Amino acid sequence: MLRFVVRRLFLLVPILIGLSLLVFFWIRALPGSPAEALLGERATPDSIAQARDQYGLDDPLYVQYWRYVQTVGSGDLGTSIASHRPITEELRERFPATIELAFSAMLFATLIGVPLGFFAAKRYGGIFDNSSLFLSLIGVSIPIFFLAILLKWLFAVNLGWLPSVGRQDVLIDAGHPTNFYVLDGIVTGNWNAAWDAAKHLILPGIALATIPLAIIARITRASVLDVQNEDYVRTARAKGLAPRTVDRRHVLRNAMLPVTTIIGLQVGLLLSGAILTETVFAFPGLGSWLQMAIENRDYPVLQGGILFVAMVVVVVNLLVDISYGLLNPRVRLAGR
Amino acid sequence: MRKILKAGVALGALSLLVAAVASGSAEGQAQAKDTLVFATEGEPTFLDPAIVSDGPSLRVADQITEGLVTVKPGTTKIVPDLATSWTGSNGGKRWTFKLRGGVKFHDGTPFNAQAVCANFNRWYNFPAAFQPDSVAYYYYTVFGGYRKPAQGITSDPLFSSCQVVNASTARINLRKPSASFIAALSLPSLSMQSPTALKKYKANAGTLSADGVLRPSGTYATEHPTGTGPYKFKSWKIGDKLVLERNDSYWGKKAKLKQVILRAIPDNAARLQALQSGEIDGYNLVEPQDISTIKRNSSLKIIDRPAFNVGYVTINSAKAPMNKLLVRQAVAHGLDREAVVKSFYGGRAQVATQFMPPQLFGWAKDVKKYPYNPARSRQLLQQAGLTLPVEIEFWYPTDISRGYMPDPQRNFQAFAASLENSGFKVVAKSAPWRPDYVARVQAGNAGHLNLIGWTGDFGDPDNFIGTFFRTPQNTWGPINPKIHAILNAALRETDLEKRTLTYQQANRLIMANLPGVPYVHTKPALAFKKSVRGYVASPIELEPFAPVSK
Repeated sequence: MLRFVVRRLFLLVPILIGLSLLVFFWIRALPGSPAEALLGERATPDSIAQARDQYGLDDPLYVQYWRYVQTVGSGDLGTSIASHRPITEELRERFPATIELAFSAMLFATLIGVPLGFFAAKRYGGIFDNSSLFLSLIGVSIPIFFLAILLKWLFAVNLGWLPSVGRQDVLIDAGHPTNFYVLDGIVTGNWNAAWDAAKHLILPGIALATIPLAIIARITRASVLDVQNEDYVRTARAKGLAPRTVDRRHVLRNAMLPVTTIIGLQVGLLLSGAILTETVFAFPGLGSWLQMAIENRDYPVLQGGILFVAMVVVVVNLLVDISYGLLNPRVRLAGR
Repeated sequence: MRKILKAGVALGALSLLVAAVASGSAEGQAQAKDTLVFATEGEPTFLDPAIVSDGPSLRVADQITEGLVTVKPGTTKIVPDLATSWTGSNGGKRWTFKLRGGVKFHDGTPFNAQAVCANFNRWYNFPAAFQPDSVAYYYYTVFGGYRKPAQGITSDPLFSSCQVVNASTARINLRKPSASFIAALSLPSLSMQSPTALKKYKANAGTLSADGVLRPSGTYATEHPTGTGPYKFKSWKIGDKLVLERNDSYWGKKAKLKQVILRAIPDNAARLQALQSGEIDGYNLVEPQDISTIKRNSSLKIIDRPAFNVGYVTINSAKAPMNKLLVRQAVAHGLDREAVVKSFYGGRAQVATQFMPPQLFGWAKDVKKYPYNPARSRQLLQQAGLTLPVEIEFWYPTDISRGYMPDPQRNFQAFAASLENSGFKVVAKSAPWRPDYVARVQAGNAGHLNLIGWTGDFGDPDNFIGTFFRTPQNTWGPINPKIHAILNAALRETDLEKRTLTYQQANRLIMANLPGVPYVHTKPALAFKKSVRGYVASPIELEPFAPVSK
């Protein structure tokens, strides 16, 4: 097991180098440059030249790349051109926001998706099955931003039940030791703040959850259908176990294996979905940050941010592989 | 049936859950009454106005700090602020300011002539990292240079020295005569900040990062901005909120609300929905298409900001036949400006007759006007000895929306059609706004005609027609040198009445010579809850929260 983990960790190095190269050159291939983006219509040829000089944009690309690798190597991801703040500092604030959002989306997707898929499989071919299939089709195909605006229009604007923007009501005074706002509220004993932060997660969480929810429901359904016909399930039934116990112990447990993998693999999807969701909900996480950075041609943020996100995806995939091994002894054995 | 029943129960339970979640506590209800929550389009960069030029930063600074002069709310008229009066002498090179007595900065430091000179000397002595115009944009624009200019800063400084005549009198000596700098002193970037706080929190320390971005090393610009204004800084958490608190020992009329909270909501639709759901009290930069939605809502209102921009068609006289006045006149008569302004600006614009907005002093009522008249155009072209149709290259930008041209392509198409009616054959050319278009226009490399415009920074005509025509520029090609001369004279004139007359004369001369055809001034909009009162929109976005109540 340890060897497996170490080997996977070593594999990270070439992946990260490749990623940094890709991100670096891809960003520079975009039209426009931060010099022009910063100066806008007031740009004069002189001031653009001065800014290009200042940012070293006229140096050969390999020189710029080497400079980039050196600073990243020293633990400095650079400074945002738009906000003038160190990228590591911005990450410390924004990453927890996205984690919170992704976590609530995943929670929602799993809590609804798994039972939905399970019951659809149990009532294979029935109305419930067909309608859940139909709903999951809608879930996968509905554009996130459209759903987000719809949700806001209904629950925030018309019913006034839930907030439509941000992470917390601005009238609440709360400390933020960890930048996980719900956790902050609990840690500091400010239940009102925790509750308010949780409320701010509901609509964006639902919007972000739709695609994973649909996928999880479908995979669960397929997997339950598979497992149901396995020999050991039949044996369990034949043994006279109560149908509920068979479902819980034998069917659901084994059916969850592929679902776990899928949940892990959704992380990349969640992060890309976060770009839209966070923008629409003015949620100050990684997604809205990267979106602004694209608009501002904020190279350092794009580089640092994308590298960071890529790293997160790679690490999460590693964790999924490891947890899969823990859940399924057969995978572990095969690794020996 | 059972299934349907079960589904119904589940749905009911779900909506109960949502409703339960929704009924949050009502904490802060009382606080809400005494707080204005305003959404801006982005987070401030820094709270030290001397080193920023973006709207969100300047909006905050404008509440905390005050300048020697300010503008009358809602106008560009310069009125006293921390200086009660001022006089120019020595041909506009020496300016003496009488200062308001009994004013203190938020940290208790007295405001006096020493404080004024400390601020001027701070700007003039900015270290290299603070000098680029991406940092100290306004100081650099107005005052041109520094004591020790950094690499790349080539222009000569305007500022020479600041003298403490006595505690309540400060004198600014310039190297060249300038009258426009008085209006510029109303800019938040050139406002007075506490010398004690600047020093204590190391406002002048900073480095350029490897990416060439200023990283202040002190905490002044992020945690301790200190001025004399009606609101003082309380806290700022990026991504969450910035809180301003009433300055109860303010020298003037005190702020009506105890607290102002600014939150950044960059997405336009999100700002609108936050206002509709009551999470904010007002917001800046309403999209034209949202205005009717807001007007239809009985609890919301729109506040118009007076126009402070100009959209124009550049005529490059370096490219024949545009060197001929008759041809330029034919262009002016051939552009259906009324139709464009009427069709594409949703009733939020007016036709421009000259290169600056009517709110500004020096705007002239009696400039030569060129109503749309295709027959006259063709006649003028023939008089110029040309055979019709006259082929011209006309450029417009893509990938851009500006207040003065929300959709450049539409403007272009309408103008091209009206020009083709008027004896021209238009060759369409376009380029992305960034990075090519603006550079092309500035290099005089964007055809015979092109679409562009300008949004003003401060209330002085020099910021419009001075920027365009005071010095020769490739954009226009050669223009009547009298225009350069008169604009330079206007910049040196210290008497406001005479300056006004000079700028009026300049506008008449410009429109007779037609270096281009201005066609539109647009009015941006703000949206508020109906209950919010006292917000006065300003053409230059100097909008104090102090008189606002709800």
